[in-house]
Amino acid sequence: MIVALALALLVASVLLLALNANPLEAYAAMWEGAAGKENATAETLVKATPILFVGIGITIAFRGGMINIGGEGQMIVGALAGTTVALIMGEMRIPAELAKEKGAFDLLIVTCSLLGGFLAGALYGGLAGFLKAYFDVNEILSTIMLNQIAVQLMNYLLNGILLDPAEAGVNNIPKTARLVTAAQLPRLSLPIGDPQLFARTRLHWGLIIAIVLAVVIYVFLWRTSLGYRIRAVGENQRASSYAGINVKRQMMFSMFLAGGFAGLAGVVQVLGLQYRLQTDGSPAGFTGSAGFNGIVAALFGGLNPIGAIPAAAFFGGLLVGAQKMQRELGVPASLITAVNGLIVIFVVSSEIFILQRSKRRVSLQETPDNLGSAGGKPAERASSDKGSGEGSG
Amino acid sequence: MELDAIFTASVFASAIRLATPYIFAALGETFAQRSGVLNLGVDGMMLMGAFTGFYAVFITQQDGSLSEPLSLIFGVLIALIVGGLMGLAMAFVSVTLKAKQGISGIGVYLFGLGLSELLFQQWVGTPKSVSGFPRITFPILTDIPVLGEIFFHHNLLVYVAFGLVPISAFILNRTTFGLMIRAVGQNPEAADAMGVSVTKVRYATTTIGGMLAGLAGASLSIALINLFQQNLTAGQGFIAVALVYFGGWRPWAVAAGAMLFSFVNALQLQIKVIGLDVPSEFAVMAPYVITIIALAFASKRQEQPTALTKPYERGE
Amino acid sequence: MKKRQLIILVFALAWAAIPSMAQDDAFRVAALMPSAINDLAFSQSMYDGLLAVQAELGEEAFQFDVQDSTYIVDDAAVALRDWAASGDYHLLIAHGSQYGPIVEELAAEFPEVSFAWGTRQDTFGMDNVYSYAAASDEGGYFNGVLAAHLTESRVIGLVGPIEVGDGKLYADGFANGVASVDADIDVNIVFIGSFSDVPLATEAAETHIANGADILTGTAQMVVGPIAAALENDVLWFGSDSSQDELAGDIGVAFQIYKWDVLLLDMISKIGEGDLGGDYYVLTLENEGLVMEFDQDFELSEELQAVAEATIAGIVSGDITPIPMLDDDMADGESMDDDMDDDEEDSED
Repeated sequence: MIVALALALLVASVLLLALNANPLEAYAAMWEGAAGKENATAETLVKATPILFVGIGITIAFRGGMINIGGEGQMIVGALAGTTVALIMGEMRIPAELAKEKGAFDLLIVTCSLLGGFLAGALYGGLAGFLKAYFDVNEILSTIMLNQIAVQLMNYLLNGILLDPAEAGVNNIPKTARLVTAAQLPRLSLPIGDPQLFARTRLHWGLIIAIVLAVVIYVFLWRTSLGYRIRAVGENQRASSYAGINVKRQMMFSMFLAGGFAGLAGVVQVLGLQYRLQTDGSPAGFTGSAGFNGIVAALFGGLNPIGAIPAAAFFGGLLVGAQKMQRELGVPASLITAVNGLIVIFVVSSEIFILQRSKRRVSLQETPDNLGSAGGKPAERASSDKGSGEGSG
Repeated sequence: MELDAIFTASVFASAIRLATPYIFAALGETFAQRSGVLNLGVDGMMLMGAFTGFYAVFITQQDGSLSEPLSLIFGVLIALIVGGLMGLAMAFVSVTLKAKQGISGIGVYLFGLGLSELLFQQWVGTPKSVSGFPRITFPILTDIPVLGEIFFHHNLLVYVAFGLVPISAFILNRTTFGLMIRAVGQNPEAADAMGVSVTKVRYATTTIGGMLAGLAGASLSIALINLFQQNLTAGQGFIAVALVYFGGWRPWAVAAGAMLFSFVNALQLQIKVIGLDVPSEFAVMAPYVITIIALAFASKRQEQPTALTKPYERGE
Repeated sequence: MKKRQLIILVFALAWAAIPSMAQDDAFRVAALMPSAINDLAFSQSMYDGLLAVQAELGEEAFQFDVQDSTYIVDDAAVALRDWAASGDYHLLIAHGSQYGPIVEELAAEFPEVSFAWGTRQDTFGMDNVYSYAAASDEGGYFNGVLAAHLTESRVIGLVGPIEVGDGKLYADGFANGVASVDADIDVNIVFIGSFSDVPLATEAAETHIANGADILTGTAQMVVGPIAAALENDVLWFGSDSSQDELAGDIGVAFQIYKWDVLLLDMISKIGEGDLGGDYYVLTLENEGLVMEFDQDFELSEELQAVAEATIAGIVSGDITPIPMLDDDMADGESMDDDMDDDEEDSED
């Protein structure tokens, strides 16, 4: 892992030198931007939060043998639903004069909108699971397509019924009204020092929710029978079917949960950071590509929700630090994109060496055997067990 | 509304143009997946092919070192080589180093996205255009009403793309190489036992996939659009991967999927141009929705390559 | 020897660590842009504006840093906060209406830093926020009038991104401009649903041409595709935001160019006087923040020249209202220096 990172940085150094930038200065800036000061660390964690949510969901999906590329769309749908709930309930429960009251917090509104976001994302993810289970539509195809559909849905709704009433007119910006304070996730600070650590940063409670849920999902996957069934289907559909597990239902369920966590990522971005949903017409404008980065974090985390925590933090730091590099040295953002790609490639390539060193530490390489196989009908999958033992154990 | 105002010949011609990059990229991906390698980095390879192909044409046309046709051929070659190299790298990572393919593909995508943009900004700057592959005017054929406009007034790369469909089908289904590819994807142990090198075949298919992805990018930058801009492909590589699943790993069906997707896209543009009152967002959604629905209700005989995404390790 | 190098290095690092404002008296600006600084469109217009200001004031007096391609909206919050907290900058520009909520939040937290954002006429009622917009309907109207005179097929195509903001404003102005000459000319409008999908924008342009358009126009950074399609099919092109002269070759006619330097210079002088914000600016033809530039290769007939001048004069004098509905808004915006705080009812949101 460290060798891989070093290699990626080495290649990046060559590119930096070619751009007449000093690599040492560049990396110093990157470190400073990711972890240098209190605010930098906070921003890293802020960036990591949606990646972690999505990563937890991806972990469930992959454990259940489903490849979910639809995190982006599920985030968007979750944010749409959660924001709508927060707006409506905010209007119902909070008198207009208290809308901007500092420090207000309404647990019911926040809980309901988080649930709304979860449910909408879950249904959207579950749709891909349903299409796979009953119509044999490959989930890679459906989730890629559903991402695009979600963006257009967002553009339509934010420019239509969800449009901020103050924005009516020709030159409007497609965004919702601002959430009342009581519907917002509070900022998070740690009782260390004075002022408290992170008190003047954007760090919010979404991070804590994500970490708690990571632990919950770990317990769910490895300590409950429902979790066992999901993993069983992921490891071997045919055997699961013989064992009396309803494979179709489990496939839908794992996609349902995966979508739900992506939906949470979306609604938490609104409740914790932006306080309103807006679109610039592209998916990444809102999601920050967390729907994709979550896939990488999940796999780096060894398809273990707990492992996804440091993986998400690592990626958050990389993305935030890279921006700082651009600001400090004028290094083009595109270089950073390319280097991020290299880091992903090198780190994922280095797993083979980790594996060789400790053959018994299987967890890192332990991938469900049926990952990516098509078709839900166990009978059709008869042939799929022959080759399945290879390469993953 | 009059249907002939919607279903004009130009819509079909438009669909054929739109489908071209998808067909190149998806055929390449079909080869890779048939042998068991899932390459999610297609879009990055397309972008690198698009940029390098464009740049080769751009510099040779600017300094006049090559005549126009030669510079275009040079551009295609460069795109093929660069795409092929990226395919080779992907093969090294996923076959030799046995990296998880979904994740390494995303890495390749990011790398291609970033590097193509970086090189573009350093070497070219603002968008500039080149003289790309011209539309071919066939004697007699182009003048046939309707059919001429639909089929006989495209640039060379469009015909190459469609020509590759039967060729790919033939290679996969009727040649020894195709048999080897399918064997390696379906049952690598058996293939290995019969003396087929799983590694070599997968290297070959992934490299072919990369070359075709590079060509897909070039079909945009030096034939259909004739310029390069950051993220020129706008995610087409991911759609191409989806289309491989749509077509169930069969070249003809993959191409049919590309045509369906592109046709609906051409149609939604036409509907807006003639001013039908459809919310713009729903029109943009249409190709994606219809592709899913079509696959849901299509009869499927598809058989996923069993060993897809699974690195091969020789048993002891 | 080694020790000496180390000392120099430490010294250099320490020097670099001193806040740069201490080193000179330059006015420092940091600007955030959603796409590349050389996109031939929205982001480039601001970059060109900053360069123009620098040329005007000199490098010693004016320096700027840029983070471009910040299409992830939340990343803007990280960058702006970093800049604001550094204390190195006199003015932070958030060039994109999607950054508005972030500016609203940060401006409250950093009242000593001046922010500018656009395109929007909304300072959130804050004393340290300037906002700016462009009356892109004016250039749209101008282009529309000219296009109506030039079209032979009587069909004109427009390719836009999503149906909001500047793109919508331009499109509406353009359609009205065409209609003011001849209401029977078809203006077909396609919003492709994306700011960046060049292949789709190209095919939208092809679809326009197949349906008879002999003139094309459009906004946002993906119009490079439609320009290429116009070149391929030899139809005329009208542009907006930045000059696309070089790319458009001999098919370009006129471009609406945003001269942000006009308002930037005013902002800078106000900030110099301790006035950190509270006003909004609208680029118009009248205040010469909008400039209509003809393509160098385009041969302008005398008749058309007269039409162009009359149109600009009409818009400047107020005889022509590009979008009648917007009359009130635009009339307010025409005088750049008015303090508009009182009129901003929506600034409280």
